[in-house]
Amino acid sequence: MSAAGDLPAWAALSTAFLVLVGAAVTLIGSLGLLRLGTFYARVHAPTLGTTLGMACILAGSALFFSALQARPVVHEILIAVFVTLTTPVTLMLLVRAALYRDRTEGSREVPAAESVSDLPPPG
Amino acid sequence: MNGILPYPLLSLALLLLWLLLNQSVSPGHLVLGSVLAVLASWAMAALRPEKPRIRRPGAALRLLGMVLADILRSNLAVGRIIVRSREPGVNAGFMTIPLDLRNRHGLAVLAIIITSTPGTIWVNYDAARGTLLLHVLDLVDETVWIRTIKGRYERLLMEIFE
Amino acid sequence: MSAPVILEWAVGIAQILLGLAMCCAAFRVVAGPRAQDRILGLDTLYATAMLMLVTFGIRVGSTLYFEAALVIGLLGFVSTVALAKFLMRGEVIE
Repeated sequence: MSAAGDLPAWAALSTAFLVLVGAAVTLIGSLGLLRLGTFYARVHAPTLGTTLGMACILAGSALFFSALQARPVVHEILIAVFVTLTTPVTLMLLVRAALYRDRTEGSREVPAAESVSDLPPPG
Repeated sequence: MNGILPYPLLSLALLLLWLLLNQSVSPGHLVLGSVLAVLASWAMAALRPEKPRIRRPGAALRLLGMVLADILRSNLAVGRIIVRSREPGVNAGFMTIPLDLRNRHGLAVLAIIITSTPGTIWVNYDAARGTLLLHVLDLVDETVWIRTIKGRYERLLMEIFE
Repeated sequence: MSAPVILEWAVGIAQILLGLAMCCAAFRVVAGPRAQDRILGLDTLYATAMLMLVTFGIRVGSTLYFEAALVIGLLGFVSTVALAKFLMRGEVIE
């Protein structure tokens, strides 16, 4: 790594720690995709990577570039805000689509549609 | 405020976004970003969305801190379930919560909070009855979750938006 | 060991961990069993690839990777929404 040569030691060590923790949390989340038994349980797994995992890695990146360029580099906040706002939307849509499919197949695992407004309008 | 800047907060956020993307606070970028932000807020005004009114910024900050702490805590809890549990996900299940919050912006924020906290996902909101369908990974005691969502988030959100 | 060497190793190990996470997600895409599982795997794959690009940026010391990460995040959002919509209705644009 040629770029990190003139980095202060505390910045290098904290970046190393943050990146490692973030990657480990993301890996645990992905392991959940393998280990959890049903689809609805699996939906919870990737949120680990998109909350704590992402926050740690982006914080490490912001710290690294701020120390490297000797000025605050905070555009990582953009990714954080963007991911925080979009992940709930995708997961909610996905769960609702799965619920709709299970309901139309008459699965007993999911709660039945309680009222008309639970079902998506005919397209 | 209504003529030139219909949505001052939105314009400010867009200007900040522009400056962050360009990594600069030079006068040129300030002018260009401001023009774009004002134009975008005019486009937003043409859509005429319901205006959010944030009553208590202090409560919003308290909510933010609480949510961040809860996200950290439930990250650890879900991680422990995935790694340690012999049969992870056996306790997962759906539950219904009656909500008193009716404000649309408040509900949107609540949806983001609940879904981005690992271990809980917002599935469906029944506007006619005011009930919320959730899926929870570790559903041992429903009352704990009801107390968390109603006591911690919903009360503050009603203070902020209603 | 000096601090930059430790950082280099840490980033390398982090990339291996993220690579394993991408393998888990890819397994979900391939194995299914249902369409919603595959889409969930794809969404996770996108998110992890974005984090991987950020770590590449730290390794090389260039902020250019940031834009790539942002674009991957955007594409992941759009594609997952489109696929979820497809599951719901059987068509994307109506």
